[in-house]
Amino acid sequence: MQFHQHTLDNGLNIVAESNPDVHSVALGFFVRTGARDEASELNGVSHFLEHMAFKGTERFTADDVNRIFDEVGAEYNASTSEEVTLFYGAILPEYLPQTFELLSGILYPTLRQNDFDMEKKVILEEISMYQDQPMHVAYEAGMLKHFSGHPLGTSILGTLESVGALTAEQMRQYHADHYQAGNITLAIAGNFDFDQIVDLAKQHCDHWPSGTLDRPIHEAKPQGGISIVTQESRNQQNIVQMTPGPAAQDELRFAAEILSVIVGDDGGSRIYWDLVDPGLVEFAELGYYDYDGSGSYMTWLSCQPETTEENLARIQAIYETVNKEGVTEVELEQAKNKVASRVVLRSERPMGRLSSLGSNWVYRKEYQSVADDLVILRGLTLDDIRKCLDAYPLGACTTAAVGPLKGLQID
Amino acid sequence: MQQQSIHTHQFKNGLMLIVEEMPGLQSAAFSFLVPAGSIYDGPGKNGSAAMLADWITRGAGARDSRELTATLDNLGIAHSQSAGSENITFTAASVADRVTDGLEIFADVILRPHLDEGQFEPVKLGAEQSLIAAEDDPQRRAMVELRKRSFSAPWGLSSDGSLEDLPNISAADIRGHHERCFHPNGAILGVAGNVDAKAVIEAVGQHFGDWEQKDGTVVEPGDRGPKRTFIEHESAQTHIGVSYDSVSFPDADYYAAWAAVSVLSGGMSARLFTEVREKRGLCYSVYASQSSLKHEGRVLCYAGTSNERAQETLDVTLQELKRLGDGIDESELQRCKARAKSSLVMQQESSRGRSGSLASNWFFLKKTRTLEEVRQKIDALTVDSILEYVRRRPAQDFTVLTIGPEELKVND
Repeated sequence: MQFHQHTLDNGLNIVAESNPDVHSVALGFFVRTGARDEASELNGVSHFLEHMAFKGTERFTADDVNRIFDEVGAEYNASTSEEVTLFYGAILPEYLPQTFELLSGILYPTLRQNDFDMEKKVILEEISMYQDQPMHVAYEAGMLKHFSGHPLGTSILGTLESVGALTAEQMRQYHADHYQAGNITLAIAGNFDFDQIVDLAKQHCDHWPSGTLDRPIHEAKPQGGISIVTQESRNQQNIVQMTPGPAAQDELRFAAEILSVIVGDDGGSRIYWDLVDPGLVEFAELGYYDYDGSGSYMTWLSCQPETTEENLARIQAIYETVNKEGVTEVELEQAKNKVASRVVLRSERPMGRLSSLGSNWVYRKEYQSVADDLVILRGLTLDDIRKCLDAYPLGACTTAAVGPLKGLQID
Repeated sequence: MQQQSIHTHQFKNGLMLIVEEMPGLQSAAFSFLVPAGSIYDGPGKNGSAAMLADWITRGAGARDSRELTATLDNLGIAHSQSAGSENITFTAASVADRVTDGLEIFADVILRPHLDEGQFEPVKLGAEQSLIAAEDDPQRRAMVELRKRSFSAPWGLSSDGSLEDLPNISAADIRGHHERCFHPNGAILGVAGNVDAKAVIEAVGQHFGDWEQKDGTVVEPGDRGPKRTFIEHESAQTHIGVSYDSVSFPDADYYAAWAAVSVLSGGMSARLFTEVREKRGLCYSVYASQSSLKHEGRVLCYAGTSNERAQETLDVTLQELKRLGDGIDESELQRCKARAKSSLVMQQESSRGRSGSLASNWFFLKKTRTLEEVRQKIDALTVDSILEYVRRRPAQDFTVLTIGPEELKVND
C-alpha cells in the first residue's frame, strides 16, 4: 500500500492509499459540514442538501445521476452526520473516469425548485420513519439534552417543522457558504493510478470556489439531566446515556476506544457478562464517539420498563468499579486481539479503508496506515487507560428514555 | 473474471467441504451450515433453533462460556451463529493462519456443547426480550408477518421464534433439537481465503471426521397464511408489505426472476425507487427483493409511508409490479448486468462473502458455481427472455399486509 497526497490550488485536499492487489476502487468526498454547522432556522439543511445532490446538475438530470451510477455498477450512497457530509462510491477501476465526473459533479447541484419541493416530501417521510424507531428517538433526545447550548446538540434530520419551513434559497446560501474546496477532502482507496486521480481532480474540481470554513470547536461542558419521552404503546424501554469523553484530536481517544470495548462491547465485555448474558436486557452496550473538539461515551440499553432502574444501577456499578480500579491486563490483551483482527478484516476492502483514510485527514490532517493503527493499538497500556479514566470517568451525565415509563429515578 | 481455485471434498460421514483458495487476501473465513434451522422446531415449539444457536456457545468441550469467548477474542476470530429457516449457520473470520484454530473450537461447539441447565433460563429470557423488542419495530414486524403469509409453514415462520410458543419450550426440547438435527449428513462447510485446501481438508477431517451420521428429519410444506392482513398500530408511518409468487433457487428460471426484480428494485434508477420515491415523493424506503428457498420462491416488497399517503403508495406500488409485463427497456437490463458484474468482481475481495456463497450454493444446488459461471448466466439474459418469464409468471395474486392506524384497500 502506498500513500499519496495532493492539494489543488483552490484548497481541495486529496488523500489516497493505493493497493494494486484489490479489484475495486472506493472514492469519497468528505465535506466538513453537518448539523453542528447549521443556524437554528436551518436545522436539517445539511442532510436535505445531501439528498438534493442526487437531484442533478446543469449537466446531469436527477434521472441521469441514478442511471449513470447504476450503469457503472457502483455501490454508492451518501451520509450526513453532526460534522461531515460524505458522498461515496465503490466501482471497478475501468469506470473511474465517469464515476469521478459524476460524483464530483453532484457536490454542486442545481437545486431546482420543483426537485426541492418533491425531495422535501421524502425527507419528511424519513423523519417519520425514524419516529417509529424508539432507539433513534432516544438518541435524538439524548443529544439534544446532553449538548444543549452547544452546536453538537443539533438534530441531523431536523424536525417536521424546521424542514417544512426551509426554502430553496436558504439552501443555496448554505451551500455557497459551506461547499468550498478547502472544506472538502477527497479520499481514494484501492486499485488506481494517482496521476490519473490528480488529472481528474484538476479537470472536474479546479473551478470549485476556494475557501475554508472555521467552525467553533470548543469542548462541550454538558450540564446533564434526564429527558423522558413517554410512549405508552411501546413494550420496551429504550435508554441512551451520555457522558463526556476525549475529543477527536485528543491522544486519549485510543485508550477511550479500547476501554469501551472492554467495558461495553456487544460480546465478552463487562456489561455483556453482567446484563446481556444472564438475559436481564434485550440489548446493552457502551460506545465511544469522537467529535471535533468534544467526545462522548454513550450507553445503550433496551429492556423491560420495570427493570430499567435496576439495570441502569448495575451498569453504573460497573462504571464506578472501573473508574476506581481500572481494568485488568488480561482484559486489555483480549480487547487488543479482538480489535486488531477487526482492523485487519475491515481494511481488506477499499470501501473499508475509505472511512478511516478520509476521517484521519478531515480531523487531524494525518495519514495512518493499517500497520500504524496496529502499532498504536499494541502499544496501549493500563497506564494509558488510567489517564483516560482520570480525565474522562465513565458515567451517566445525561439520560434519555423512550418507552412506557413516565419517570426515572437515577442515583 | 479471475480464475478461481475451488476444491470440494465429501467426508465419509457425509459432511461436505468446499474450499476456495484466495492467495491475494490476508484473511480467511468459514461458513458452516448445519441442517437444524427453525423448520425443525416442531409444532408449538417455534424458537427452538434460535435458542439453541444462543445456548450452544455457552460452554463447549473443555471450555466454559467465558473461556470460549476469551479464546476466540484472543485469536482474533470474529464469529456469529444464527438460526435461519433451514440451517443454523456458524460463521467465523480471522487472519488466515488462525482459521484452523477456529475450526477446532467450533468442532467443540457443534459436537460437544455443554448445554448446561443453569444457562437455559438466561437463554430463554434473552429470546423473550428480543421478541418483545421486535414488536416495537413496525417495519421489522411487517416483514416478519409478511413472510409468515408468503411461504408455506414452517418455512414462513419467524426463525426468531414466537412469544406464544416460547413458554412451551423446555431445555429438554432444545437438547432434543440438537440431538436430532446436528449430524454431518446434510452439513456443509464453506472455507475461503488465504488457505491451502489440502491443509484445510486435513484439519476438517481431524476435527469432524468422527462425527456420526443420523437419519435426517423430513419436513413437508404446509399452508400459507391469509392473503390480506391489517394490524392496527399507533405509528407515525403505515408499513406496507406485498408479496407474490416467484421461483425457487434451483429453478431454471432463477436468473430471469432475479433480473425481473432487479428491474423493479436493483438500484436507485430502478422502477420502484424512481416511481414511488423520486417522482412522487411518497416514501423514503421502498424496495422489492427476490427471496428464494429450495422448494419455492417469492418476491417480497416493502414501503413505509405517512398514513395519509399510504393508500396512494400501495396503489402505485402494485401498479408498478403489474406493469413489468408491458415491457422492459434494453438499458434497464444493461444496468442490471453492470451491477451484477461489479458485485461479482468485488466478491473476490471478501473471504467472508465467498465462504458464505460457497456453502449456500452447495446447499441449494449440490454443486459449486464459479463467479464466471454466474456472470455467463447473467450475460445470457435478454429483454425477451425476461419478458417471456414475466408474462408466464406475472406479478399477481398478491399477499398484502399493512401495519398502521388505518386499513388500506387493495386495488389489484
